Amino acid sequence: MAEIKLNNENKSVELAESYEYSDTFSKKFQIFWRRFRKNKMAVIGLTILIILYSLAIFAPFIAPYDPAGTADDIMYVDGPPTFRSYVGYNVNGEEVVFKPNFFGRDELGRDVFSRCIYAGRISLTVGFVSVSIYVLIGTVWGAIAGYYGGKVDNIMMRIVDAIMSIPTMMLLITVMAIFKPNLYNVMIVIGLTGWTGIARYVRAEFLSLKKRDFVEAARCIGASNTAIIFRHILPNAIAPVIVAATMGLASAILTESTLSFFGLGVQPPTPSWGNMLTNAQELETMVSAPWKAFWPGLFIFLSVLSFNFVGDGLRDALDPRLKQ
Amino acid sequence: MLKYVVKRILQAIPLLFIISLITFFIINLAPGDPIYMFINPETANPVDVEVIRKSLGLDKPIYIRYILWLKNVIQGDFGKSFQHGRPVLEMILERLPNTITLAIVSTIISFLVSIPVGVYSAIKRNSILDYMFSTFAFIGISIPSFWFGLMLILLFSLKLGWLPSGGMRANFEEFDLIDRLRHIILPALVLGMASMASQMRQMRSAMLEVIRQDYIRTARSKGLSERVVIFKHALRNALLPIITIIGFIIPWLVSGAVVTETIFSWPGIGRLYIHATFMRDYPVIMGVTIISSVMVVVGSMVADILYALVDPRIKYN
Repeated sequence: MAEIKLNNENKSVELAESYEYSDTFSKKFQIFWRRFRKNKMAVIGLTILIILYSLAIFAPFIAPYDPAGTADDIMYVDGPPTFRSYVGYNVNGEEVVFKPNFFGRDELGRDVFSRCIYAGRISLTVGFVSVSIYVLIGTVWGAIAGYYGGKVDNIMMRIVDAIMSIPTMMLLITVMAIFKPNLYNVMIVIGLTGWTGIARYVRAEFLSLKKRDFVEAARCIGASNTAIIFRHILPNAIAPVIVAATMGLASAILTESTLSFFGLGVQPPTPSWGNMLTNAQELETMVSAPWKAFWPGLFIFLSVLSFNFVGDGLRDALDPRLKQ
Repeated sequence: MLKYVVKRILQAIPLLFIISLITFFIINLAPGDPIYMFINPETANPVDVEVIRKSLGLDKPIYIRYILWLKNVIQGDFGKSFQHGRPVLEMILERLPNTITLAIVSTIISFLVSIPVGVYSAIKRNSILDYMFSTFAFIGISIPSFWFGLMLILLFSLKLGWLPSGGMRANFEEFDLIDRLRHIILPALVLGMASMASQMRQMRSAMLEVIRQDYIRTARSKGLSERVVIFKHALRNALLPIITIIGFIIPWLVSGAVVTETIFSWPGIGRLYIHATFMRDYPVIMGVTIISSVMVVVGSMVADILYALVDPRIKYN
């Protein structure tokens, strides 16, 4: 009997568990974490991301080799993966003990593992910066369109439609080929083209939220339009933005790597996961040194997949209405 | 209905105009000069530079160039390629069928997989297979297509030797279906992967939506077999929202074609586009952008109209 009662209590606790305005931050976080944790894939994704970020942050301590290569390395072009230290010769014919090359060496004899770790610094940063740019643009754009509605909304959303009708990859390739391809331009260009999705989400939220009573109340006490948009409505519309931004990180990393792969993104010698594949794609190299193409691609894939998993978990945790 | 169609067409025209304006100004306002793709800036004779500039029409101010370009495009003239001297439209039309073939085959593959999988996941919700399919869908949208393509080439062409690594055909003498299929399967799979994954999820949620409806309960309570309920009553209605996907996937396919065609040396407009960008061949860049934007805009328009036609709940206004 007692057991059954306990079960019932647990159930009611779970049903009542939702975010309350009065909750403290730590309470809200507890609720959030309990929901997030239920999505196993999201937890796996988060773990992978923590590992990838740690590798990137502590790269100088983890990487066994200099990512730019040293004079000793040029002797071992396209060297295969090794799991033990080995004795080899450097340019001057002296005997040197080499650390293991877990992922093999590339066409200049550089250690692929070390380069993958250093490339993570670039690729993960590009993702963050470009998504920050487009979340900012998209949120403001969508907020203004949704809040004011009418003609303003119509014109602003037609512009969004126009940008969405241009195949993004084409636009990015053109812009990058014509402007100087480098790290900063990649971040800016992805940021400037990616905001349309966020703008649509925010607009939709604003369209429904602006009719609510609390907005009316804010207006009654004399709040300005700017204050209503940013102080009153926006905090309530933030959940879909966080989810979209996390998924956006995934697509930004994917886009950056594709551009860099074509030689239109991050330029060598700076390693990025995408440009490491540029020299690996010739068929002869693919046969003789497949590790050069495999590992950087796997890093891209894992980071993109993890961001998508985490985004899915965030959606479950922050906004259960969105779950299907 | 006719009013709705006319309205959508009238909306599409300014949209295409804005797209052409944005693209034209981005290309032409960029630093650097395309004529240095043809001559060495250090040894060039300034008189020659002026002659070439004039012959390419680059001597006029940008707004005049845009108006001239627009006037010609309306008359069906996309100008001549800087690099090859051939009419742009001719170059595009030569390659467009190849891109469309690839797009159609990849769409067929992705529908063949996504519809049954989506239906299965919806009716066997939360089963182990449903979780596996949903994980697979995540993998599909996350895998970088250029890497996926290279790995498929590595496995199926280089290691196993089953399929060719690129190109569109090996038999140039006559049309050989088997040869064509062997060449198209890998690029179509790479191109279709992302849309396959997202369609699986959409199909699943559309189906879930439908099987909760009252008419499905009615059908079941009438004593119809589960198969008839699912395939005759539910699937038909669940397929409706899939029509709108046609509108979404065209931009995906066009963007994807750039990557896929490059990896697999597929002679389509994506590869033409990449080459044109590297060579700063402005008329070709503009031509391909406009043609593909037209496909995107028309595609989404057709999808909207079809959806309005088949779903009486949608009002056209």
